[in-house]
Amino acid sequence: MNKVLMKGNEALAEGAILAGCRGFFGYPITPSSEIAEYMARKLPKIGGIFVQAESELAAINMVYGGASTGTRVMTASSGPGLSLKQEGISFISEAELPCLIVNISRGGPGLGGIQPSQGDYFQATRGGGHGDYHTMVLAPASTQEMMDFAILGYELADRYRIPVVIMAEGTLGNLMEPVIVRDEVTNFVEKPWAISGCQGRKPNIVNTLHLTAEELEGRNRHLFSKYEDIQMNEKRAETFMVEDADIVVVAFGLLARVIKRSVIDARKHGVKAGLIRPMTLWPFPDEHIKAVTDTCKVILSMEISMGQMIQDIRLAAEGRVPVEFYGRIGFLPNPEELTREILAVAERKGL
Amino acid sequence: MATVFKRPESLTDAKFHYCPGCTHGIIHRLVAECLDEMNIREKAVGICPVGCSVLAYEYFNCDMLEAAHGRAPAIATAIKRLKPDCFLFTYQGDGDLASIGMGEIVHASARGEKISVFFINNTLYGMTGGQMAPTTLLGQVATTCPYGRKVENEGYPVKMAELLAGNEGSAYISRVAVNSPANVVKAKKAIKKAFETQAKGLGFSMVEILSTCPTNWGLNPVDAMKWMEDNMIPYYPLGEFKVKEGK
Ligand SMILES: Cc1ncc(C[n+]2csc(CCOP(=O)(O)OP(=O)(O)O)c2C)c(N)n1
Ligand code: SF4
Ligand SMILES: [Mg+2]
Repeated sequence: MNKVLMKGNEALAEGAILAGCRGFFGYPITPSSEIAEYMARKLPKIGGIFVQAESELAAINMVYGGASTGTRVMTASSGPGLSLKQEGISFISEAELPCLIVNISRGGPGLGGIQPSQGDYFQATRGGGHGDYHTMVLAPASTQEMMDFAILGYELADRYRIPVVIMAEGTLGNLMEPVIVRDEVTNFVEKPWAISGCQGRKPNIVNTLHLTAEELEGRNRHLFSKYEDIQMNEKRAETFMVEDADIVVVAFGLLARVIKRSVIDARKHGVKAGLIRPMTLWPFPDEHIKAVTDTCKVILSMEISMGQMIQDIRLAAEGRVPVEFYGRIGFLPNPEELTREILAVAERKGL
Repeated sequence: MATVFKRPESLTDAKFHYCPGCTHGIIHRLVAECLDEMNIREKAVGICPVGCSVLAYEYFNCDMLEAAHGRAPAIATAIKRLKPDCFLFTYQGDGDLASIGMGEIVHASARGEKISVFFINNTLYGMTGGQMAPTTLLGQVATTCPYGRKVENEGYPVKMAELLAGNEGSAYISRVAVNSPANVVKAKKAIKKAFETQAKGLGFSMVEILSTCPTNWGLNPVDAMKWMEDNMIPYYPLGEFKVKEGK
């Protein structure tokens, strides 16, 4: 087993390459730039293409073009860059082109800061650009998952012809940990829809314009039947000590890993805590939440934002248990602070 | 009986939706004839803009992609880099290329992307109903400069061919018009030269094509041709602005 010490951003980039990514198009922004730098070093040596675009608008449209050739391509950015990419993500979603879009998240709104954040949750899980659509959103919690989710991301993107977003806090991009380097992906799906010149076949057209109401409604219905399949098959979450838990914390990303410590510490203080960590933010693993509403007394959403995922948790809990919130902005809270908060909620609820 | 005139293979059988007297149709045909004559239809990938020619993917009989407004050069960049044997062309209006897509076109040219751009300058936004474009002439009336374009308010019309010719990455830049049979013949030569520039791998190529919009100019087709000659050509001189020769 090949274990290597890697930064999260590098592990993600290497995972993408192992998955067959041969085109990267990006514009520098902290804390995501290391992905672009890694790709700039590696891709030209393995027959891939790296282009530093003039803007995130151009970068995502290069991804649109690149993905239309059937090549596994990607871009990576953060906050303000993701905002600019939304136009392209809407087009790519409607054109049903597979690609990987990475958000190494920083705080906002506006220029915000370069500290870790989960404040782009709504943007990522609600589509983000104009029109009715979703992207799949994966939330890794370790350097290993940065690599593994890049590989998984391409597999899902190709299977469902959908852009896959990987969203990780800036801290995770910079976190150095030992990573088991995975094998190179060798089986790829056929892409008869790809554009590369029409030799020996009828021309292929990649298009997002549908001028009649019937056609447009048909397209939207088609997309949403695909989204139903995804919701049926692809919800993923990790659960930790939830079976007997009175208080279930829901958190994603690196934050969720920190909270594991707090869950254990809370139990030492006599409070039966547990954790659900959504690994897919869209589709949201609502069944995992629903499953604990018969046994727990309260759910606590912890986020590095003012509270966004809590809305999905409340929808999943259907009012059966109260859902509380604790959030901080601009940094990853330490386990002691999070334990204190779990204990405080337990006390308020008389647990 | 010998066939002396036929539809190019690079055009589909679909009927153009363009207004009577609009020269988009002439330009489509010229591009298609060049694809046929160079025998590159099966390697061609065309990128449509947002504008009156947004439906060009229904007319060109080759692989086609419909872009977001102004982004065609970025899309073409990626496809050409990943599929270098393909012939990439973008077909863009003046709002698309010279306004919202100014960043994408300037950088595609600066990088010397081996793509061919056909830039249809009709001095306004045709599709959305005749609003001002960066190319609207001084004094010209458009729906968003109803008293005529004034320097104090809207500045000067942009000369894209001259601007892009200044980029080292540009290998072939010219401006043509389609207002007379002689000029149509010259326009076709320029379009072919752009594709040849791409075939030789010399760099970025663009042909700016002065085109009519009788509907939004409020002129009949014949007067529109005359208006182009009297007003556009003096401000947008025809000719080659950059010609990089191959080794
Ligand atoms: C982002 C965005 N902004 C605005 C529009 C609306 N729009 C559609 S076509 C067009 C102008 C097209 O003009 P031009 O490029 O000159 O092409 P023409 O119709 O004259 O051939 C505009 C502004 C759009 N579709 N997308
Ligand atoms: S509106 Fe103008 S540019 Fe558009 S099709 Fe009609 S004449 Fe041509
Ligand atoms: Mg125009």
